[in-house]
Amino acid sequence: MRKWLAAGVTVLLAAAFLLHLLFLSHPAPVTRGITLTARKFAYEPNIISVNKGDRLRITLTPEDVEHGFFLDGYNIESHARPGRVSTVDFEAGISGKFPFRCSVTCGAFHPYMMGWLKVGPNYPFIVSIWMVALLGWLTLAYALHRGGMLR
Amino acid sequence: MTTTDSPQEPAPQAISPQRSSLDDGKILWLIPEAWRLNLTSAPWVRRIIKSPFFNFAPTLLNLWIFVIIIIGAFVAPQIGNANLGIMFVWILWWVLLMMVMVPFLGRIWCQSCPLPSLGEWMQRKSIVGRTPDKEFLGLKKRWPKALSNMWLVNFIFLGLALFSGILTTRPWATGLLFLSIIVVDLIVAYVFRLRAFCLYLCPVGGFLGLFSNFATVEVRSKDKDICARHVPKECVVGSSTGYGCPWMQLPFSQTRNTYCGMCFECLRSCSYDNMMVQLRPPGTDLLVDEHRGLDEAYKGLIMLSCAILYSVVMMGPWGFIKDGANVLTWKAWAVYAGAFLLWALLVFPGIFWLVSAISRVLSKKAGEAQAPLKRFFVAYSYTLVPLGMMAWIAFSFGILLPNGSYVLSVISDPWNQGWNLFGTAGFAWQPFLTGLTPYLQILVMLGALLFSINIATKIAGQLFPSDSRRAVHSLIPVILFHMTAVAALLALFVG
Repeated sequence: MRKWLAAGVTVLLAAAFLLHLLFLSHPAPVTRGITLTARKFAYEPNIISVNKGDRLRITLTPEDVEHGFFLDGYNIESHARPGRVSTVDFEAGISGKFPFRCSVTCGAFHPYMMGWLKVGPNYPFIVSIWMVALLGWLTLAYALHRGGMLR
Repeated sequence: MTTTDSPQEPAPQAISPQRSSLDDGKILWLIPEAWRLNLTSAPWVRRIIKSPFFNFAPTLLNLWIFVIIIIGAFVAPQIGNANLGIMFVWILWWVLLMMVMVPFLGRIWCQSCPLPSLGEWMQRKSIVGRTPDKEFLGLKKRWPKALSNMWLVNFIFLGLALFSGILTTRPWATGLLFLSIIVVDLIVAYVFRLRAFCLYLCPVGGFLGLFSNFATVEVRSKDKDICARHVPKECVVGSSTGYGCPWMQLPFSQTRNTYCGMCFECLRSCSYDNMMVQLRPPGTDLLVDEHRGLDEAYKGLIMLSCAILYSVVMMGPWGFIKDGANVLTWKAWAVYAGAFLLWALLVFPGIFWLVSAISRVLSKKAGEAQAPLKRFFVAYSYTLVPLGMMAWIAFSFGILLPNGSYVLSVISDPWNQGWNLFGTAGFAWQPFLTGLTPYLQILVMLGALLFSINIATKIAGQLFPSDSRRAVHSLIPVILFHMTAVAALLALFVG
């Protein structure tokens, strides 16, 4: 009986995972203009959330010294001096979370100057969290089985 | 934790002889725990490892690199990403340590670390090889028993961690740290016996030791009977061919890697050739149910809590936290340091204490005495080793891939003097495969989850060897803790 219950929980978890993926919302793409100010050693806004397919125009505006913008995963780079701006246009075609980081040595803490671009739905994160749930449950179920508690 | 420097009887079996039905005897449900491969069975491998130059050559090379780093720390412009010290130490060395050396080779770094070598050479009055008739230099005092544990290194590591924003970005700070380590080590080596500094004071030594229990190699004796009959124990007191264990261990009865410096001196000193280096499944030492202690439990908690904190501070987008870590003002740093210590010493260990308490309550059986809470807390803390180590590996991907290319330019111009020694000085910063980082981090963290739950299952079996029902009950909150911790780290890395 308990064995069937455990199998049922496994099937339910797997089904919930698939349903979650199936019913994730995909809003219609829009064009977004974002002014990204940069100072030692942070961006504002520090987290940019968009949807997959959105067209983005990011205008980099340094406040103190020359700063850059390099977007991991998209390999887009731009930089500007204070008093000037630089603009990058691109389509957020890949979902996930992508750090953007300063590409011009701007001071001691430069390597840690970064922000996040979140492109939803974040499939890598969603899938990995479901994997955590499934693996956690399966390892527990195996322990229950080894302990003779699924008979 | 026990560290002795006099011979004693061999310790009992490494793995509890009474195995719970919960434990299938396999690491990751696949590799038999008892599987071993003697790497030193080939005569030529033994010859190489037993040569004193096996330690001396890499130590000399590292010493040369560290001298360049220390000089560069003070004479070169203070631009971290154009400085050899910062790039070599905090990008290359740190990443190699976490991703390759510790998981596969244990404390192999300790055998060629140049910083304590000066003290060791001073004690031995010799740089390479054994000169048997020479007396060791110094006062040769024994390290205080009350401090013969990981508590001091825990606090020293945390103290330095509060300044990691400065240490990892300012060349002078890295240089000052190394000089301080050399000076303190020389003093300690003069006053105390052998590698007291490495064992009880080195800020890196603590986590190297704990994480080495996960490593895939070990130094062990071949035949326990030979060791039992062998008097005196040459691996402890030394012989004409090698020194006694500089780490004050009993190599003939060693069951864990924690304090083995992988110097292979025991292979050199044993006249019976009864010591060997073995390949083994990862994580087997975490199952050794003896010598466990609260100091090591806290080390595991500190390392995991710091992996989470560093992911927030260094990989996160929050400027006000970076301002604190970067000591923009002392007030900002004080708030940062307070929050850091509160998290690493109280909140995170407190959560784990609560998990252990729930585990204890769930596994209680009416009419039967339950082991003390400390036993649960300490035993289950060893499940944090694979999780903590892999969290650091995942974190290291985020350091290595974007910043690794700086290393190419600094090797040609280590002091930022306009040199071009190897023709790579003009190599521009180029992030390498950063788009892959989240996928690598996900793989590593899911592996960490499986490893830590596998170890937790075996430890639950050790806590209740004859009652698998209680073992499973005690395991449930621990599994939930690991799932939550991995989910939180994934949220930081990719969420």
